[in-house]
Amino acid sequence: MSATVETAVRSQVETDAAIRNGRPLRLITCGSVDDGKSTLIGRLLWDTKAVKEDQAAALKGQKSIQQNELGLPDFALLLDGLQAEREQGITIDVAYRYFSTDKRSFIVADTPGHEQYTRNMATGASTADLAVLLVDARAGLLEQTRRHATIASLMGIRQFVLAVNKIDLVDYDRSIFEHIATEFRQLALSLGVTNVTPIPVSALLGENVVHSGHKSMPWYSGPPLIEALELATQRTAQAVGFRLPVQRVSRPNESFRGYQGTVAGGSVKPGDSVVILPSGTVANVRQIVTFDLVRNAAVAGDAITLVLDRPVDVARGDMIASVDAAPVSGLAFDAKLVALSEDAIAPGKRYWLKSSSRRQRVRVEPQSVLDLKSGRWGETESLPLNAIGKVHLTFDETAIFDPYEANRETGAFILIDPDTNNTVAGGMITAKSGRIDGIGTGAKDRVLISLPADIADELLASEAFATLRDQIEIRRVSGQEARAVLDTLD
Amino acid sequence: MTENKPPLDPNLKALESEAIHIFREVAGEFERPVMLYSVGKDSSVLLHLARKAFYPGPIPFPLLHVDTGWKFAEMIAFRDRMVAEFDLELVAHTNPRGSLENVTPFTHGSSVYTNIMKTEALRQALDAGQYDAAFGGARRDEEASRAKERIYSFRTPDHRWDPRNQRPELWSIYNGMIRKGESVRAFPLSNWTEVDIWRYIQAENIPIVPLYFAAERPVVERDGMLILAEDKRLELLPGEVKRRETIRFRTLGCFPLTGAIRSGATTLDEIIEELETATVSERQGRAIDRDEAGSMEKKKREGYF
Repeated sequence: MSATVETAVRSQVETDAAIRNGRPLRLITCGSVDDGKSTLIGRLLWDTKAVKEDQAAALKGQKSIQQNELGLPDFALLLDGLQAEREQGITIDVAYRYFSTDKRSFIVADTPGHEQYTRNMATGASTADLAVLLVDARAGLLEQTRRHATIASLMGIRQFVLAVNKIDLVDYDRSIFEHIATEFRQLALSLGVTNVTPIPVSALLGENVVHSGHKSMPWYSGPPLIEALELATQRTAQAVGFRLPVQRVSRPNESFRGYQGTVAGGSVKPGDSVVILPSGTVANVRQIVTFDLVRNAAVAGDAITLVLDRPVDVARGDMIASVDAAPVSGLAFDAKLVALSEDAIAPGKRYWLKSSSRRQRVRVEPQSVLDLKSGRWGETESLPLNAIGKVHLTFDETAIFDPYEANRETGAFILIDPDTNNTVAGGMITAKSGRIDGIGTGAKDRVLISLPADIADELLASEAFATLRDQIEIRRVSGQEARAVLDTLD
Repeated sequence: MTENKPPLDPNLKALESEAIHIFREVAGEFERPVMLYSVGKDSSVLLHLARKAFYPGPIPFPLLHVDTGWKFAEMIAFRDRMVAEFDLELVAHTNPRGSLENVTPFTHGSSVYTNIMKTEALRQALDAGQYDAAFGGARRDEEASRAKERIYSFRTPDHRWDPRNQRPELWSIYNGMIRKGESVRAFPLSNWTEVDIWRYIQAENIPIVPLYFAAERPVVERDGMLILAEDKRLELLPGEVKRRETIRFRTLGCFPLTGAIRSGATTLDEIIEELETATVSERQGRAIDRDEAGSMEKKKREGYF
């Protein structure tokens, strides 16, 4: 009996140590000034002692700045680093904040809540493991809550914390909190997110942020925000196939030739068979070299130098991958896109696409656009600033991707406008495009194909068609009838 | 190569891998990179990471030191020792206006002095080398305007930073496309905090300037700062007294503008312990940040690192 207890205690201690030494948890906070977002982040930094006295004093020294009723500095001013923001009183860009507890360190992407800044939210969400969505307890879920949750889930975030703020202003009413929590769970579920932690919070008073709010809310038995963050999980790309996007070829002398890059998925060890893409050449791993030692394995996230067992042609932008679980190569892909530029993403325009270390020309054809209010997709031919759309990508040279759902590193890309060199979109690969280039000339065209019935069955059962079935018209006819129908067209 | 070193904890390892990734990406994408080397603790970490990133090859770009002429003597000695030990290519540049027009921190005030001897000097050196990318050791946790800076920070041909018009930066995909004359500042340590820097220095046994460790040194108190009184060019003002105190520095810059802290921390363990209980930020000792609110952003817009 006592042995069991001891084991349980020890494994708890081991778990704590493992978390404390883990890599930083990256999170994004979504909400508007009115929801008290700056106050919440300020409170997190203040109560974890990430803000130092001189930084607070610098604020107090400015005459125009008011302190809040608790004598604490105005948190919003502490956070809004740029002059333009101080002048306008709004947050205009993504800022990164750092704090830590005994158990874990955290990187917060602090992004503005206004609708016109969807692009900043997408930027912050692209690297986040978790999203904290903030609502005002008096207002409940708003249209922007749906918008933020949708963008977060689209960018691959699968853990939500719902902070129901200003709970003190509704007299710590349990039923109000639970109503909002239930409504939010449904919203999250509709986006495919099941990991949801709702927390009643007063950021101003510091209740359930870092310190417990039990005194005011004895009915709430869950963790304060900081504990929820400490317990959150991080996605690892270790369970998928090995991927090494090559950044550089290192040739310090005649006898050494190594391929330098950061492992973007899976793991590798000497002796493994790998394929070099796009060439398709196969080789075996001879050595994994790092500054410290020659290693016997490397996993996702490690920056390494790989030596192969035979002379092969490898250049920057190539991908070295496991032979038996290689990524998808092709000339056409489907993707989702967040438009980041004042200039709309235009049909047929050629952009630079950069994914990992690979940069190539691409033609983009917008297909549909997401209405963030309703969650529905509608037809479109271009994507204006802040729009989220589905697009077809066509390449002149072979492109190499994984679906974003399977691998966030090798499934993500940016588009660069060759006229301005600006980053104009962030994209996520959904699948290799089934389209045969040249058949369709516009989104509104229809194409008639006559197929043997068994092939048609197989096609329609495939994943690629799963979401398109309602757009496909089918008639079963004999070969002769099909021929006759097609002959009536030119 | 270091041997018998315990493996890095996952937090430092993640930060190290990210920094190495950035070093390699810039080296793979730009034609003439350079690394700003200020000889401080962050630069020491940056140099160590650069050596790791390109191992077994040498660092494929030069180091640039903007020397105002008013650095601590120990910094210059340390710099020259590092260059010799690691066989580095170093470009040192001092703005000729310093000696021609006798620009000093005492005569021109910290703001004008910094603008000429640091910002303008940096622009001169970058132009002379025609560098299209410059690595810097800035961290986002240092100062409010840095919290918003990208890892690849775009600069116009006259080295200006426009915080309202930064390129979006998603995932770890960096946009290195520029026109001739334009450049990018790259910050591999963006996501490091001050404590991370010290823990990494300890874990990797990285050499740093001895001024970071406490010792009894001659100081004078001026404008609320403890100034090191070793250099003959420091003239005592009426009422100032030179005395010996046990002090160390949290950051290193130009000696007349850098305040020491009273501290007994003589080891890395003691420095880290002191840091974890500190109630003021490291830039508290920097006179140039205190000129006015938002002064760092202003300097950065003009081309300061």
